[in-house]
Amino acid sequence: MSENHDHSHDHNDGHHHDHTPITIDETPGYYEILEISIRELLIARGLIGADEVTKQIEVLDSRSPVLGSKLVVKAWLEPDFKDRLLKDGNAAAEEMGITIYDNTAFTVLEDTPELHNVIVCTLCSCYPRPILGLPPDWYKSKEYRSRTVKEPRAVLAEFGTLIPEDIKVQVQDSTASQRYMVLPLRPAGTENFTQEQLESLVTRDTMIGVTIPKINNN
Amino acid sequence: MITVEHNPALFKEGEQVKVSEKFPIGHYRVPTYLRGKTVTIAKNLGRHINPEEEAFGKNAGNELWYYQVIIAQKDLWKEYLGSKDDTLEIEVFENWLEPIK
Repeated sequence: MSENHDHSHDHNDGHHHDHTPITIDETPGYYEILEISIRELLIARGLIGADEVTKQIEVLDSRSPVLGSKLVVKAWLEPDFKDRLLKDGNAAAEEMGITIYDNTAFTVLEDTPELHNVIVCTLCSCYPRPILGLPPDWYKSKEYRSRTVKEPRAVLAEFGTLIPEDIKVQVQDSTASQRYMVLPLRPAGTENFTQEQLESLVTRDTMIGVTIPKINNN
Repeated sequence: MITVEHNPALFKEGEQVKVSEKFPIGHYRVPTYLRGKTVTIAKNLGRHINPEEEAFGKNAGNELWYYQVIIAQKDLWKEYLGSKDDTLEIEVFENWLEPIK
């Protein structure tokens, strides 16, 4: 930090900032040390630059479920786009300016009045990061990963999603090259909604398939 | 998709196949719950690099046929409580699939 910064430390305004320096007291774990060592070695040997690491972190941080909700709503509004999205997710995403930076096959699963899709990765945390950003912690939890393949309806019920018995639940276990997103059904009663209003209904969890888009009545 | 003549896909969409029941040491992408089960080929996903080799740095060549397979939940779990029509889909590489004799 610069020596002559102009931030006042007098605090005459009566409120007190906590100026305790941020320190990391915990000893880094095995994998953290491994990651740092490999990264430093790659940089020291000139195989990658520190700027490339920073740039990639910025790319990862720039992605969020907002991108996915734009794809879903465009598919709701434009049947031709929906067809392209279901046929080739990568091409449809790139058409919207969303790059698939990790060489995965982005695959969109369409819900129908007879079918509800839900996504899990039992082996690790495969997730459509270019479209939805980083996965929520529960998605990576052992409980979600092990139970969703075995008792999906019970897991969905815990998210407040009750799927009637006559609607088929299809679990999609993501294992290697494919990354999945659910295209949920457009809720009834949204015929006069604007694009922005529709996008606000399409949350992260609706695109994982643990909830369904709902009109907020409050 | 380019089909290499000397290495055609072994399985067709709609065909029933068995997931190998093997337990190799190393990096594998087939959950244990699926091993030994009979599944149906839902889709041929083309050829992809074998992650069991990629995990050890061999990330060129050795692409294997890769399939989307589907199985009824009631055939996967004896005690399954949901609807009898519920299903599970998952991707499996060809080296883990066997023809049914």
